[in-house]
Amino acid sequence: MLLDELVVDPEALAARTGWTVKDDGACKADVCVPLPRDARTGDGRIDVRVLADRLGMPVVADEAHGIWALGPETAVTGKALSTAVAPELTLPTIDGDPFDLSSLRGQKVLLVAWASW
Amino acid sequence: MREELHPHGLEVVTVALDVDAEAARPYIERAAPAHPSLVDRAHVVDELFGMVNVPNGVWIDEAGTIVRAAEPAHPGRNPETESFRTLDPSTLPDEVARVLVEAQKIRTEPERYVEMVRDWVARGQDSPYVHPPDEVVARAVDRTDAGARAAAHFELGQHLELAGDHEGAIGHWRQAHRLDPANWTYKRNAWSLEDPRQGRTEAYDSSWFDDVLAIGAEHYYPPLVP
Repeated sequence: MLLDELVVDPEALAARTGWTVKDDGACKADVCVPLPRDARTGDGRIDVRVLADRLGMPVVADEAHGIWALGPETAVTGKALSTAVAPELTLPTIDGDPFDLSSLRGQKVLLVAWASW
Repeated sequence: MREELHPHGLEVVTVALDVDAEAARPYIERAAPAHPSLVDRAHVVDELFGMVNVPNGVWIDEAGTIVRAAEPAHPGRNPETESFRTLDPSTLPDEVARVLVEAQKIRTEPERYVEMVRDWVARGQDSPYVHPPDEVVARAVDRTDAGARAAAHFELGQHLELAGDHEGAIGHWRQAHRLDPANWTYKRNAWSLEDPRQGRTEAYDSSWFDDVLAIGAEHYYPPLVP
């Protein structure tokens, strides 16, 4: 997740990473990890460094451009998946129209990644 | 396959992992798919599902649960992309022949994969090819700190690339390659932006052929584990 500061809006965090910060911790579907009180800043945003520490997410800085990237969690299962619940995912078509993967609930979905390369 | 199985409750969603989304357009327009065909410039899908090469597939059931973790997914044989298998290396220049001989060792299992998908569509949860949640997670690729850093660097790189800072992007993508050398999506997409044939360039320390040769092309795609 790209950041221009080390605090993040909880809705934006949830949309990009699947992690929702609640009163008792951070949850991704059926998995929850406790967070300390200082995970939330006074204005309700999330302190990225506290979250990253608890979830084992790397915070990579690009100082030249004043941006950071918060990498995926490593401290939950040690696997690319922290849960078998499919992530919320909205991606555009080639013409820019957004498509929400969850609109296919009720069907079996075979998602295939490919590339021009 | 989609035409055969869609009336029975399967939808296919294809996602092009292309930083340069327009590179995917000719393929999409030629295929004119009836299913959702999406583009993922930031490589979010490979990060979220743990995909390290293409084509890769995941199965998601009607309730939105992943029932097969990411793996090589060749849903049928494409004569165009498979044509290299019937080329005679002896008719080609030495350097091209060398690449072809190695590439012809790449193993894919399209017939078996389609058979698995058909079984899932027919039998649902009773199919032996669907897995419970714990097994789905266990079958996903390992996520190390280095691999997670690689994902962060790749995302920074694509951000800079789309902002017009190609040199800045290369710096991050070199880091991604160093941190996660087993991740072919990060390598191949970066290489392709320098050379469509993903050969050696000044920007990177390796190439598709160099890295495939290093592991043996027969190991390029891991075998399907039903």
